[in-house]
Amino acid sequence: MASVEFQNVTKTFGTFNAVSDISFKVADGEFICLLGPSGCGKTTSLRMIAGLETPSSGKIMIGPDDVTHLHPKDRQISMVFQDYALYPHMNLADNIAYPLKVRGESVEKRHKRAKEVADVLKIGDLLNRLPSQISGGQQQRTSLARALVYPSRVYLFDEPLSNLDAKLRLEARGFLNHLQRDMGMTAVYVTHDQAEAMALATRIAVMDRGRIVQFAPPIEIYRRPATTFVANFVGNPPMNMIPVEGTIEGERLQLRAHGVLVRDLPISSGIKAALGKGAGLTLGVRPEHLSMGTINDVNMVSGKLFANENMGPEKLVTFERQDGGRVTARIFTDDAVETSENVAFTFDGAHATLFDAEGNRIPADGEMPL
Amino acid sequence: MRLSFPQLLARIGFSALAAIIGILFALPLIWFIFAPFNARAELGIAIPDPWTLQNFLTVFGNGFAMRGLLNSLIQSVGGVILVAAAATLAAYALSRSSIPGKSIVTYVLLLFSSVVSGTAAMVPIFLIVSSVGLMDTHIAVILVFAGGLLPTAMFILRDFIDGIPKTYEESAMVAGASPVQAFFDVALPVIRPGIVVVVVWAFVNIWGSFLIPFILLRSDDLMPSSVAIYSFYSEAGTPIVTLLAAYSLIYSLPVVALYLFVSWKFGFRFFGGIKA
Ligand SMILES: Nc1ncnc2c1ncn2[C@@H]1O[C@H](COP(=O)(O)OP(=O)(O)O)[C@@H](O)[C@H]1O
Ligand SMILES: [Mg+2]
Repeated sequence: MASVEFQNVTKTFGTFNAVSDISFKVADGEFICLLGPSGCGKTTSLRMIAGLETPSSGKIMIGPDDVTHLHPKDRQISMVFQDYALYPHMNLADNIAYPLKVRGESVEKRHKRAKEVADVLKIGDLLNRLPSQISGGQQQRTSLARALVYPSRVYLFDEPLSNLDAKLRLEARGFLNHLQRDMGMTAVYVTHDQAEAMALATRIAVMDRGRIVQFAPPIEIYRRPATTFVANFVGNPPMNMIPVEGTIEGERLQLRAHGVLVRDLPISSGIKAALGKGAGLTLGVRPEHLSMGTINDVNMVSGKLFANENMGPEKLVTFERQDGGRVTARIFTDDAVETSENVAFTFDGAHATLFDAEGNRIPADGEMPL
Repeated sequence: MRLSFPQLLARIGFSALAAIIGILFALPLIWFIFAPFNARAELGIAIPDPWTLQNFLTVFGNGFAMRGLLNSLIQSVGGVILVAAAATLAAYALSRSSIPGKSIVTYVLLLFSSVVSGTAAMVPIFLIVSSVGLMDTHIAVILVFAGGLLPTAMFILRDFIDGIPKTYEESAMVAGASPVQAFFDVALPVIRPGIVVVVVWAFVNIWGSFLIPFILLRSDDLMPSSVAIYSFYSEAGTPIVTLLAAYSLIYSLPVVALYLFVSWKFGFRFFGGIKA
């Protein structure tokens, strides 16, 4: 295992910057996820670690080595591709053992090792089949087995679960998490599914248009999204974002908008600075932090009922404020919702996140690291 | 369903027309199968009476014609190997590398190919071959065929390779394979169905060609069957139908055999990618 480091890496296709001046370091044994919408440069970043793309500028290190211009075969890495890239003319045993073949291992030795790995992944009795003769989930595990069959410094994954159906995806995700705990592998995992990133990563790098917007542990990404972009991308459903007017009354912050009256939030130097500029703020509240309330609550958001969706253990209540902005609350199914036209929700001030006019989160004073 | 009278008439008309066209295509084939076994074969179709192998025996006795079959084989196999190997490598490079303007290269080549093997280029080809000193050799015939067929073969194969995901070779290289290993272990087996198509196509093309060997060769013992077939014409230029029919049947067998072999071994099927 080894660390991976990007130093001011840029990748340009023609005149288009797919990746712009990215720097980050993945420590030895860390499992990091590159998370972002389609086209934000995740795959390109991953392919540069693999050596399948060369950076236009900047440096990539694996362990102590500068690998920026090293051929993929010399990097001692493994990669699982989104389309699995299983060789259609080889049976599973030969597919899994191919990395050992190019390393000059004897047939007996490599088939023995392939069998070991395949058994762990529960495809040990399919080794004589061709890739076209097994299911999607089995193909996914075969490509994983091929990545695990040889010692590797870094494991790269490009949306490896995106071709599986929901149930298999959860199962495979659990297995990958177990594998990470077991092996302590250094891994860079690309996904556009925030739940996958949350579940697997020790740290998540959220990307937007070729840049890393935030690089932090999942809990921090979730609780303290650096920007409105991150807040919008993470969480299902995502954080409610409400443009508000802020005023300072006594020693507390008050926020107002159509259907919104928040009367009791602490003030911080960041908030004072943002209010000083005269621009508005954005209030962010996660759906799970809203609970049934009344118009008279200290922190209150209200509107006309729009949708009431049952999810089993919980339900999603969506309401529309006067200006048309929608807010979603996630509450337990057992909590009675008044099915009346108008609903009001409340939240604990500690769960409010504030963003300035540029969309950056305003930190609280004396914020402790999570 | 009841058809109205005009509809009925139209249907009968259409069927009759289709039948006539079908018969027009079938007649030569029927002749082709019957005539070789008929000692008195003429240009009309007749069921042999009695069936005889006499025509074949006479043909086997014609050294020039028999030698022609061997020469055809040498030239076709030589040309096919050259075309398939060169086209595979070239098409792979054109498909996988990022040379600017690579598709223009392919189209220009394609355009020229029809010129190179065409009749119009015979004089320059003749001059080039004779100045290189390759006149009257198998090599000359093989090279000229390869030159003419290569662009189209490259075009067919490039299209085929373009449709194969790059991730096959990429995964091989990440796993530790050199580009050459990745090509032979992973890419080549996946491309093989495309190569087979090119092999069959090139073989049929060379096997049936008359003009190029006729112009580039002098010696009787180098002439392929397509030229040697003229030994079954009398001095006055009239065909000896019985012998011609027998020789034609023999001449067509390798092509039929190749088709059968390929469809048995590869089935003209493509692996394609794997979908989840
Ligand atoms: N080989 C390429 N040539 C030109 N543009 C490319 C190439 N590869 C990727 N891009 C562009 O770079 C951007 C980032 O692509 P990618 O890294 O694949 O995004 P992601 O994996 O995050 O969806 C996209 O806009 C894509 O169109
Ligand atoms: Mg991608």
